[in-house]
Amino acid sequence: MLRYLIPLVIFIVLAVFLAIGLTRDPHELKSVLINKPAPTFHLQQLKAPDETISNEDMRGKVWLLNVWASWCVACRDEHPYLIEYAKSGVVPIYGLNYKDRREDALATLEELGDPYTASAVDFDGRVGIDYGVYGAPETYIIDQAGMIRYKHVGPMMPDVWKDKILPVVQELNRQGAAK
Amino acid sequence: MTRPANSGGKLLFLTYSMVVLLSCLFAPFVKAQVREEEVPSDDPVIEQRLTSLSRELRCLQCQNQTLADSPAGLAADLRREIRIQMKAGKSDQEIIAFLTQRYGDFILYKPRVTYTTYLLWFGPFVLLVGGLYLLFYYIKQRRDLIIEKPLSADEHRRAEELLASLPGKETT
Repeated sequence: MLRYLIPLVIFIVLAVFLAIGLTRDPHELKSVLINKPAPTFHLQQLKAPDETISNEDMRGKVWLLNVWASWCVACRDEHPYLIEYAKSGVVPIYGLNYKDRREDALATLEELGDPYTASAVDFDGRVGIDYGVYGAPETYIIDQAGMIRYKHVGPMMPDVWKDKILPVVQELNRQGAAK
Repeated sequence: MTRPANSGGKLLFLTYSMVVLLSCLFAPFVKAQVREEEVPSDDPVIEQRLTSLSRELRCLQCQNQTLADSPAGLAADLRREIRIQMKAGKSDQEIIAFLTQRYGDFILYKPRVTYTTYLLWFGPFVLLVGGLYLLFYYIKQRRDLIIEKPLSADEHRRAEELLASLPGKETT
């Protein structure tokens, strides 16, 4: 009996592990920057090329940094939702326009609307390297003290917004208000 | 650059795949990513170091390619960054530290030996030792089973009878 049972048990254990493996997205990498200070940047603003924008400017509030580009197809998917999220006024969304041409980026915002409080221009992707960007769109939640609290890779669809982003933002706002 | 939304379910994944497929169809109309020409360093030592170092690093966009082989935009950016850092006199170790601080250990093709990778590094040896133990145990058990027992007088007599009853066979 045992000699038939052992291979069966081994098979079941293996099958369970492989089945779990199938449900996981290998492109989803855990960011090592969670709970670390957001890397500093001083970049040109997309709509106001004469002005710069820095992550330091957002000190004291919870904000989202959304990495986007006009060439990024998945960014177009999330764009209408971003506009909705921005309208809700829960949290300001700042853009990091990643490896894009200014005219293309501006045309995209013209066409689809602009959800961003402001967009920083990361022309050569150097700031993207500091943030560990490996595929747009990516969204970071940064807290009042300038720490990265959460990172979402991929389009920020409504279920992600409701289940992942909002709870973190609300918790951070609650903690901030308590201080 | 595109991937399925992770928690959106099958429908979302399908929609998403369709969007990706369609976008391939219309690829010529999609705006291009800014891609600067990759300029090799004029220092052959740096290029040599870059080649050997980037063979040990993973491209995070095409995860089964090394940074040396990958044509992805991010890989080119990282190679450029590595060149700059090498030119600034950074050691390979410092550059690896720079990259893992941003992208995590996943960027290393050869995983570090940490408590999370013990199973990966030492698991095969544990399996080998375990397998050898089982093999020897099995052989020993078999050997114990096939110890020859001399026939009893009664069995001997029956064997003789059986042999004698065979037609056309010489009996002893």
